[in-house]
Amino acid sequence: MKNLKKYSLFLGCTIPVRAMNYEISARRVLEVLEVPLQEIEEFTCCGYPVESVDEITSLTASAKNLALAEKYGTTILTLCSACTGTLTKAKRTLDKNEELRKIINDNLAVLGLKYTTKAEVKHIGKFLLEEVTPEKIKEKVVTPLIDVRIAPHYGCHFNKPANIFDHFDDTERPSSLRKLVDAVGATYVVYENLMQCCGGAVLGVDENLSLTLAKTKLQHVKDAEADAITLICPFCYLMYDVNQKRIERDAELQFKIPVLFLPQLIGLAFGLDPKALGIKMNRVKPKDLLKKVETLQAG
Amino acid sequence: MSDSETESTPEEECIFSDELDPNFKFEVAKEHGGDAIKYCFQCGTCAAGCPIRTISSDFNPRTIIRKILLGMRKEVLTGKEIWMCSNCYTCYERCPQDVKFTDIIFALRNIAAREGYAHKSFIKQAELIRDMGRLYEVTELELEKRENNKLPPIRPQNDDLIKIFEKTKIMEKIKKAK
Repeated sequence: MKNLKKYSLFLGCTIPVRAMNYEISARRVLEVLEVPLQEIEEFTCCGYPVESVDEITSLTASAKNLALAEKYGTTILTLCSACTGTLTKAKRTLDKNEELRKIINDNLAVLGLKYTTKAEVKHIGKFLLEEVTPEKIKEKVVTPLIDVRIAPHYGCHFNKPANIFDHFDDTERPSSLRKLVDAVGATYVVYENLMQCCGGAVLGVDENLSLTLAKTKLQHVKDAEADAITLICPFCYLMYDVNQKRIERDAELQFKIPVLFLPQLIGLAFGLDPKALGIKMNRVKPKDLLKKVETLQAG
Repeated sequence: MSDSETESTPEEECIFSDELDPNFKFEVAKEHGGDAIKYCFQCGTCAAGCPIRTISSDFNPRTIIRKILLGMRKEVLTGKEIWMCSNCYTCYERCPQDVKFTDIIFALRNIAAREGYAHKSFIKQAELIRDMGRLYEVTELELEKRENNKLPPIRPQNDDLIKIFEKTKIMEKIKKAK
């Protein structure tokens, strides 16, 4: 890449423990795209879990991570959409409110850190779209995923609220993931209620409610005859992949819909070994999809 | 689904004016993110697009806003309802009055938490991130898996949030759970 900016992957809480396949595939794909990464081991929780009970603590937790990125001179590259939303919202809030920024920086002084509004946060999906560009991704594709039917799941904190993300995508009829799915040659499948939430945020409050929401989406994707869902948030992944068997059991239904992280999908088109993309860790095995890819590779 | 479909006695359906707090809407408006509450003209766009309302009659954004404007402080702050929002921002994006309901929810939860009504799952989450710096424990198993998959090492434990929590006194603020 011409861009000499350095990026630091922000893993958040869920990925290192429950969605390592996202991180593995993201790193492999970023390697192919020659994106320079710098590790920041001191990153901690983005603050989202406490935003509901004490906003000041949440803002301080966010600002701590923003301040670290400033210290290392890197741009925060997020994988989790909830982290993206929380860090971006905190940045926007603090950047326009000097008084609040003083309070938060006073809190951060206990760690010897200071947030000066310079830090930038970008979700990997938006990064691939705007900085890498679909054209560049297309250049690296060795196996266009012809006739592989992909149902996109945008989730809620990738492009909403639109005002904190500079309205880069339409929140009712989004197209950002379409451009990336197109770039790898796959078929973008539109299905009913495409923007519906995964329900992950209410899992701890009302499990039944949360799983019912996830079930509805799986049904809509099934009806649209997609080969797989592709998504960009570990929490949505937990709902659709990790919980899929349980949802099937409770509802006495069969979905068997594989769920791939976007970098896993891109990695397959780059000709990377499924093992190197952590696909073995996906609970719903994408056997048919991988066969399709093998056939395409052989052809 | 209208409220009349939920089972309740006529007595319970009554709203007694002497139990209302007319200042509640101003209190919400003062909270960060709550300032647009008074713009609501009750069109119901929020409820129409709400994924939670679609599957549960216990949750309705328009009803919550109406309760705030009426001053039903205790009912709003002590119930489970405000903890059921999935923060999906659908209503936030669609509201013709720019009420920013998702921000209103965060404002309500912050007030409720200060009065000891935080949902227990959120208190648990706060304790977890305080103690580990993250929500899920990174064990030997994960560290080994990282090595096997050529991932750079991460720190399983970080005390920074303990220090932040001590400074913001968050647990003192929210711990008086009722």
